[in-house]
Amino acid sequence: MSLQQSRPEPPSDDKRWKIVNAAMRRNGDDAHALIETLHAVQEAFGYLEDDGLRYVAKSLRAPLSKVYGVATFYHFFTLKPQGEHNCVVCTGTACHIKGAPALLASLKAQFAIGPGETTADNKLSVVSARCIGSCGLAPAVVLDGTVMANVSPQTLMERVKKEIG
Amino acid sequence: MSTDELVALKNKADQRRRPHRACVCTAASCQSIGADRVLKALEAAVASAAREHEIEVRAVGCMGLCSAGPLVTVEDDESSVLYRNVADADAAALAASVGTTPVERLRCPTDIPFFARQHKIVLSNCGRVHPERIEDYVAAGGYGALYNALNEMTPAEVLSEVASSGLRGRGGAGYPTGLKWQTVAKSNDPVKYVVCNADEGDPGAFMDRSVLESDPHRVLEGMALAAYAVGAKLGYVYVRAEYPLAISRLRTAIRQAKAANLLGQNIAGTRLEFSVDIRLGAGAFVCGEETALLASIEGRRGQPRPRPPYPAEKGLFRRATLINNVETFANIAPIIEHGAAKFASIGTERSKGTKVFALAGQVKNTGLIEVPMGISLREVVEAMGGGVPSGGKIKAVQTGGPSGGCIPYEHLDMPVDYDSLQKVGSIMGSGGMIVMDESSNMVEVARYFMEFSMSESCGKCVPCRVGTYQMHEILSRMQNGTANGEDLALLEELTRTVSETSLCGLGQSAPNPIKSTLRYYRPEYEAALRKSPQIMPLTEEGAP
Repeated sequence: MSLQQSRPEPPSDDKRWKIVNAAMRRNGDDAHALIETLHAVQEAFGYLEDDGLRYVAKSLRAPLSKVYGVATFYHFFTLKPQGEHNCVVCTGTACHIKGAPALLASLKAQFAIGPGETTADNKLSVVSARCIGSCGLAPAVVLDGTVMANVSPQTLMERVKKEIG
Repeated sequence: MSTDELVALKNKADQRRRPHRACVCTAASCQSIGADRVLKALEAAVASAAREHEIEVRAVGCMGLCSAGPLVTVEDDESSVLYRNVADADAAALAASVGTTPVERLRCPTDIPFFARQHKIVLSNCGRVHPERIEDYVAAGGYGALYNALNEMTPAEVLSEVASSGLRGRGGAGYPTGLKWQTVAKSNDPVKYVVCNADEGDPGAFMDRSVLESDPHRVLEGMALAAYAVGAKLGYVYVRAEYPLAISRLRTAIRQAKAANLLGQNIAGTRLEFSVDIRLGAGAFVCGEETALLASIEGRRGQPRPRPPYPAEKGLFRRATLINNVETFANIAPIIEHGAAKFASIGTERSKGTKVFALAGQVKNTGLIEVPMGISLREVVEAMGGGVPSGGKIKAVQTGGPSGGCIPYEHLDMPVDYDSLQKVGSIMGSGGMIVMDESSNMVEVARYFMEFSMSESCGKCVPCRVGTYQMHEILSRMQNGTANGEDLALLEELTRTVSETSLCGLGQSAPNPIKSTLRYYRPEYEAALRKSPQIMPLTEEGAP
């Protein structure tokens, strides 16, 4: 019996599960590949949903408790769907002393959400990052994948409002 | 792979070589402020002037001075001119200047201390070679050390070179690299691993990111030399998922090295077999601790375990494992190529070679620098960094991230080496160096780091899990004026308890930011206590 046949049915016929399957296969369908697999799921779906975690657990023959434990241990993984737009505020040391707290405060004042939260209309998620390594450009923000350098609360508000329309 | 093949790769680079080169920094920092557009605009400008036969536009890695990015170097065999804050609109002017007079308005002087005081070993290729072209690396002498070691040196000779160079681990603790290698080499374990720690979690540190983005082959060559020396066949690079550019360049480099037979089986025509795979971190600071990192590669939660047994005896999958940091591996090829004696001639008695620092915070010139060990801290932050941008006074220099401490202005004349930093209550750490001016309140700084350690504590051992929480509570109380008279004594007791009883290095070093700020800035803690109503009425001392 090949490993291919022993794989359980994916939660849906969504084609993205094929990407996840490929990631597991590349690592020999071994429980050691758990973190790599969760990366693949999150990259494909944007977050880790319950059905996905169950599927990964079954496929890698790992207890669901272990899969859930790993998914919640690492900050990079999120179990909640993200908003349409994503604003990552770097809170590393350099950004912190150059004004990251004011950036988070301005987002809170404008959109009433803090790090890890998404607006009710699902437009914007705010995330805080430990350090994105762009300390020379502090304070830095990553808005929808684009790094903004030397950000002030004003420029941040302008850009975010423009992005979310 | 034979000498012929190395020569063929070198020829490939030579064919692309033109009399003039315009090198654009495409490391993450410059890229985020438009380096990609500058690169395209330069290519277009050179093409429209029909000068492709004389000018090569090349994407390169980090040139160091991030605060002046995007950076561009225009060079020929004799001279080189550095340009700062280049915009895509400047491309035509820059292209036209090649071979004639430089564009003065964009020129960045390279005789300033920021550049002049550097001594580049680890970063010697950064800003020069194309990070995604193995032939560029080979043309710069890359893989020569590996090739020569495999053909002319025994593993024991490689080991002894590394040991006598005096290289110490660049990840923070400064353990002698040669000793670590010897332990793994001595092990009888039939399966051994070489692991590269690229989980640069310290906030304020970006040395490893820059090296991986600018010169990934250097790290692979160092790992292959390590594999040869200790007898490993498989290696992993554990890299933060937060560094997408570094990951993609590393993947490219691994693919190219495999294709050139510099990784894989029968490397360079010898019996050496060594493959490298990438494992992504997932945002846990504790995974920088070696046993936690190994747990994470095994697909588990990144929780440390007691040592011994050390990873050198029982590491990844319970096999003998050599773990070194990115910068440590990047030092290996130059040591083998130029000899241990040359490396050992740089630096101080007990700290040899150079150290890469990520200079950031309230300082004029921010970016990446590589300096000889033993340089004075003042020289780094005042001469090279240019001091505080507003002209104010430097209050403290923070090194070592959440495991390090704040060095006050009075100590700026100290030499930068492992032991001196420890003496003043900080650590070398991986190389983050944050300058703070008078606007930083040190109780707030301590609280910031404690919040970090608290939320990054893996939760396995009680002293760290509970202690960091309690220390953070006390510091928060001090900040909002609700601390009581006993809190300071309690805080000091907690710093001792957590230091002495935590399981891993991260817990043991978590109180360092508090300890060092208490040592040098105690009046700020006392002022924070005075805000508290139990000690003195608010009316007397006023609001914060």
